[in-house]
Amino acid sequence: MLKLDNVSVNYGAIEALTGISMHVEQGEVVTLIGANGAGKTTTLRTITGLLQPRAGSITFEGEEIGGKPTHKLVARGISMSPEGRGVFANLSVRENLRMGAYLRKNKGEIAEDMDHAFQMFPRLKERESQKAGTLSGGEQQMLAIGRALMSRPRLLLLDEPSLGLAPLVVHTIFEAIDEIRGKGTTILLVEQNAHAALGHSDRAYVLETGRIVMEGPSKDLAADPRIKEAYLGE
Amino acid sequence: MDTFVQQLINGLTIGAIYALIALGYTMVYGILRLINFAHGDIYMVGAFVGYFLAFQLGFATGPSLVGLGVVLIGSMIAAALVGMAIERFAYRPIRKYARMTTLITAIGVSLLIENLFVARLGAAPRAFPQLLREQSYTLFGNAAISKSQILIFAVSVALMILLQWVIFKTKVGTAMRAVSFNLNSAKLMGINTDFIISFTFALGSALAAAGGVLTAQYNPQIDPLMGIITGLKAFVAAVLGGIGNVPGAVLGGLLIGIAETFVVGYGQNVGVPTTFRDAVAFAILILVLLFRPTGLLGSTVREKV
Repeated sequence: MLKLDNVSVNYGAIEALTGISMHVEQGEVVTLIGANGAGKTTTLRTITGLLQPRAGSITFEGEEIGGKPTHKLVARGISMSPEGRGVFANLSVRENLRMGAYLRKNKGEIAEDMDHAFQMFPRLKERESQKAGTLSGGEQQMLAIGRALMSRPRLLLLDEPSLGLAPLVVHTIFEAIDEIRGKGTTILLVEQNAHAALGHSDRAYVLETGRIVMEGPSKDLAADPRIKEAYLGE
Repeated sequence: MDTFVQQLINGLTIGAIYALIALGYTMVYGILRLINFAHGDIYMVGAFVGYFLAFQLGFATGPSLVGLGVVLIGSMIAAALVGMAIERFAYRPIRKYARMTTLITAIGVSLLIENLFVARLGAAPRAFPQLLREQSYTLFGNAAISKSQILIFAVSVALMILLQWVIFKTKVGTAMRAVSFNLNSAKLMGINTDFIISFTFALGSALAAAGGVLTAQYNPQIDPLMGIITGLKAFVAAVLGGIGNVPGAVLGGLLIGIAETFVVGYGQNVGVPTTFRDAVAFAILILVLLFRPTGLLGSTVREKV
């Protein structure tokens, strides 16, 4: 479904990604783990067109998408909940969700999907006319995920959904990820919380200083002594 | 008391014009963090388009409400196109560079428009055809309101209500607010942010052009440099209200207008000569920057981490 082939990305003179290759197949949950600054967010930002690759190719459903404008990729079925959530603090919860469905026309279906988002995260329903800036960090993360789903994506990119959240909220977020996956949406998950990420995914890539250093089924990686030492703290 | 009411009416009249222009400054700033110094010149362009439309379409011969409507809407449309063209060709190519670059470009665009008009049309003021049969109505006592003042209030209030509706009730308006808060997040929603930015310039420019045509009915003298001082005062109005804040721009515009007429009307009583009428806006600017840099209604929204 999504394929990165030898993709390199620069921030000015600094190389942030060095020839990374990876793929995500239909229906999979793939996770990208790695330390701070390894290039995880850069990878997602490049896939969504917020950054331009310097070299390499990115294809989505067989078509080259590298360097295409972000709004066109959303139209093709890619959606992202960005790092730091990126909710519109000046808009209400409902307006945030409405923006998630910006490209869709069918009002009935949009209302239906909004109800789904509220079912998945009842906390949002309670706060639907509140400004998103007044929500707690966990609620903002729920909103960011709910909003990303409003475009009915075929590929959902989640950037650090558990960052800075209380353990109980992290649990809620990962339950939601399982639920989204259960409905057949393909997910590429970037996480620092390697333990949770490996537990909720099919396959994983390990990123270190802009290079993919390991890859494989998540349960194999979770059992790998190098991963255990470096990322799981065992 | 009568003079006070009269001063207030006069102040609100020019204040409404400042407000219309200030809205464009504040919307563009809200979305791009750019002070569009060419915006005052759009107000002038609007007045000139109105002037030529009136003559070309044969409305210049006498008062005509239809003519006024056509001239007003025509100049708003033309100014919207000019605003979009400025954004497309002057600001968009350099959007990713440092703010100083765009700021200097804005000043350059402003000088370009002014001098282009002076070169083509001359700097001498022209008499704008009166499309409204001027008449004065006595309110109470000796305070009076003229037809052109009523026109300014009616049109500016209508436009402000319309703008409020666009920004807060429509999808494109919600997208404008989304873009102004977080450009990249807006892109991730599938919003074509270039279109929204273009649309914002169109809206702001149309409002400024309406201000230009309305002013020309109230004070029928137009010249290619009329946008400089008025534009600067409207900018001060936007800062006073809190730049980026839409109701703030309206409040700031009205306050600057009132302050200005009060300096003319009452300044002498407290030793302020009437020649300070243009200076008062900038005195207010200095005070705002010293004591409340965010403006009257502006506030800093903090993002939760």
